Amino acid sequence: MKWWHWALVVCLVVAAILSPFASPWPDGLERVAERLGFAARAEGPATVSAPIPDYVFPGIASEGLATAIAGLIGALLVFALLYGLGKALAHSDKSA
Amino acid sequence: MHIPDGFLDLQTSVAAGAISAGAVVYASYALRRRVDPEKIPVMGVAGAFVFAAQMINFPVVGGTSGHLVGAALVAILLGPWAAVLVMTAVLVIQCFVFQDGGVLALGANVLNMGLVGVLLGYATYASVGKISRRVSVRYVASFLAAWVAVMAGAFLCSWELIISGTAAPQVVLPAMLGVHALIGVGEGVITVAALALVSRSRPDIWPALEPAEVAQQK
Repeated sequence: MKWWHWALVVCLVVAAILSPFASPWPDGLERVAERLGFAARAEGPATVSAPIPDYVFPGIASEGLATAIAGLIGALLVFALLYGLGKALAHSDKSA
Repeated sequence: MHIPDGFLDLQTSVAAGAISAGAVVYASYALRRRVDPEKIPVMGVAGAFVFAAQMINFPVVGGTSGHLVGAALVAILLGPWAAVLVMTAVLVIQCFVFQDGGVLALGANVLNMGLVGVLLGYATYASVGKISRRVSVRYVASFLAAWVAVMAGAFLCSWELIISGTAAPQVVLPAMLGVHALIGVGEGVITVAALALVSRSRPDIWPALEPAEVAQQK
């Protein structure tokens, strides 16, 4: 296995195994929005509905497992998108 | 620090989107000429790491959490233009697959966390790193770069809220900068830890020692 295979596996493990243990508290911006009273502006239907809203894979009873699967899918999607983009940029170099 | 839809007005969203789109096009153009095939999987891994790390909120203070942004880390590892693409890819997937950050606010989120965090973080790392090529100095530079990148993002985010008429400057600026000064410390710690891991396994990527030094380490 090459270095990046191992590194990707580490990232997938982090995404799947550690994500269910993340702090459920609101983040800095959410907290400020609550305190200053503009948090409600973000309520209402989403502009575009996402397949896995809020990192919880739908239809799975265990929320920890649903989050772990969401993390795994997300990390793989980001890797695939960047790998494809990198290949495309490298290819455009040859044809240029 | 992902802005949801509803916080920004249309003009602010469009203006931020235009700047971010321009930056992504420029970054692609800059890399098109010199993308190292060896670095393509590293870009992918960096993105996967940032995505994973952003899911893991750590408690900061008084019921507030924060998570790594990663802009400075990726800029230090891959250079600013590759980092812009990595951060944008993470934010795009978060937005469209996980509804984290609004679709209309995507340009602003790329501007705050992808572009300004990357450029200011990288500039901080490069200027502090000029003091000495010693690895300890580079770790200090990396910590400062991570903190600056988070603060710059929070500053810009605050101004987007102000321009949109969502919040008043005298309350939102101290609130956002205050909490992100603490989140930025967490960002610095994780950035330094991640760099230490890379330096152990791939010193050719970071701290990119001279070939003789790499040979000595083996």
